[in-house]
Amino acid sequence: MARQLVFGLALIAALAVFPLFSPWSTVILTVALCEGLAALGIMVLLRAGQVSFGHGLFFSFSAYAVAFMAAAKVGHEALILIPVGMAASGLLAAIVGLFVVRYRAIFFGMLNLAISMVFFSLLEKLFSITGGADGKRVPRPTFAGIEFGREQFELATFYVTLVLCILAALFVARYLLSPGGKALEAIKSNETRLEYLGVSPRKVLYGAYLLSGLLAGLGGAIIALVSGHVTPELAYWVRSGEFVFIAILGGIGGVAGPFLGALMFQIIRGYAAVYAPETWHAVLGVMLLVIIFFAPAGLYGIVAGKGGKPQREEGGR
Amino acid sequence: MPPEMLLLAALDGLAYGSLIFLVAVGLSLIFGVLGIVNVAHGSFYAIGAYVAAAGVLAIGTAGLPTWLAFPTLLIAAALVGILVGGLVEVALLRRVYGKEEVLQLIVTFAVFMILEDAQKVVFGVQPYFANAPMNWLGTVEVFGIFYTTYQLVLMPLVALAVLLGLRFFLRRTSFGRAIVAVTQDREAATAMGIDAARVYLITFIIGAFLAALGGALASATTSLTPGIGAGTLVLSFAVAATAGLGRIEGAAVAALLIGLGRSAAVYFAPEFDVLIPYLIMMLVLLVRPQGLFSTVQTRKV
Repeated sequence: MARQLVFGLALIAALAVFPLFSPWSTVILTVALCEGLAALGIMVLLRAGQVSFGHGLFFSFSAYAVAFMAAAKVGHEALILIPVGMAASGLLAAIVGLFVVRYRAIFFGMLNLAISMVFFSLLEKLFSITGGADGKRVPRPTFAGIEFGREQFELATFYVTLVLCILAALFVARYLLSPGGKALEAIKSNETRLEYLGVSPRKVLYGAYLLSGLLAGLGGAIIALVSGHVTPELAYWVRSGEFVFIAILGGIGGVAGPFLGALMFQIIRGYAAVYAPETWHAVLGVMLLVIIFFAPAGLYGIVAGKGGKPQREEGGR
Repeated sequence: MPPEMLLLAALDGLAYGSLIFLVAVGLSLIFGVLGIVNVAHGSFYAIGAYVAAAGVLAIGTAGLPTWLAFPTLLIAAALVGILVGGLVEVALLRRVYGKEEVLQLIVTFAVFMILEDAQKVVFGVQPYFANAPMNWLGTVEVFGIFYTTYQLVLMPLVALAVLLGLRFFLRRTSFGRAIVAVTQDREAATAMGIDAARVYLITFIIGAFLAALGGALASATTSLTPGIGAGTLVLSFAVAATAGLGRIEGAAVAALLIGLGRSAAVYFAPEFDVLIPYLIMMLVLLVRPQGLFSTVQTRKV
């Protein structure tokens, strides 16, 4: 535990000072943190053994909510736009969750994918409202009432994001230790026994789904602000797949995992874009296989000393 | 709503449904036997389509008779099924049987990402168009509407042959029965002397072959671009899930339903053609969470 705490603090400290020395990294790191938030949401569901290939839905829904509000000059203030975007995603997750929590495994994963693809195609086809494939510009809002220049705005957003990520990670860590979080693990191991204990797996999963939608929404809201532009690509299944990838890469053993995975992902993407621009998805695929077969606990497992030892699973089927 | 357009939509739906059935039934078969949802299935479809198109174009360039294109489609699908499908099963899937579903899902997802890029590297990103087999068969007239024989007769015939062939294979042949036995209870089947590993491999190859066959047939009707694999994957999953995973006849009905729904959208609400299959799937699953044709599963404590 102590080792994990030290590691977490070191990660935060390194993140906090990095942009001061290399200003070019501010936006990249913010983007990584946003994707880490979405991956954190995926991780919550993975704890229950469920994988969503459609969390781009919540990511993009929040981003577009922010874009529409910023364009309409409603609440032209980052500190209002972020929670509103997050709340919009939470609302959507509350509705979508009502019926996806009835499904497990592949039905769960693919229903999420289907819904996000419906939203993706609406974003692309309803050109007059959403700007189609070109997306929408997000005008830079004020920050705590102050009109920042571009660099200061990016720096301020980065630090606010970092703080929000720490809060989110602490909250999720707390949640995973709560009865609801423990019940989540029981869904993965044996749902029927959970029912015999008088706990409703659907309610447990619904809570987790809501939380994961909010986390993805938080990431999406910030990414809309920091990139100043939203496109349907945010809802595309490849993006959702990336979140799953990041969660697995980082490992789901601890809340630092998804953020670690997101940072690593940005590094891989950066290098792959230079050295393998045509085949960087294949590079990701190969890495994913290597991690699954040789270090199933992910980067977090390696760093936190859990090693690459595969956990023994009960043989199903 | 003019009747000609309704008829055209119905014919389109039949052709499209036949295609999607081939892919979805392969997905369903693999899931039914191996218990794995193969995300890489869309890649088998895409690679099958590209290999077939390349073969057909080569025949055209070499000046060989056009009818040779038909065996080429079949051979291309078989090659992709055996080589690519077999390799994926032996090298990767074998290691994750009986493990967590999430893990299996992610392994096939990784394979999908690798195959998508491999396909781009081998066949490039420029569109392929090899419609010689479709033109060679000419057109037929249905109630005053001319439609290609390829799409109206050949594609549904192939789909029907696969449906009947699979039924016969699984129920009447000894190897088919071995597959069913392994599906019911792997341990008991192994104790009876069935080589489960071989059953898994062959089932996966058959499934991959069917996806590639769908791609090969489609290659004559449309131009091939990167991304067709992903589109077909989600569509065939929608079909398989609507039917209830593992159901062969159900996949045929669901494929027709979704094929017709989609082509109706193409004619009457073109903005929403992408939407319709998902909507159908969502509506069906809302009413019947296990799909249209699935049986009640026993729960193990």
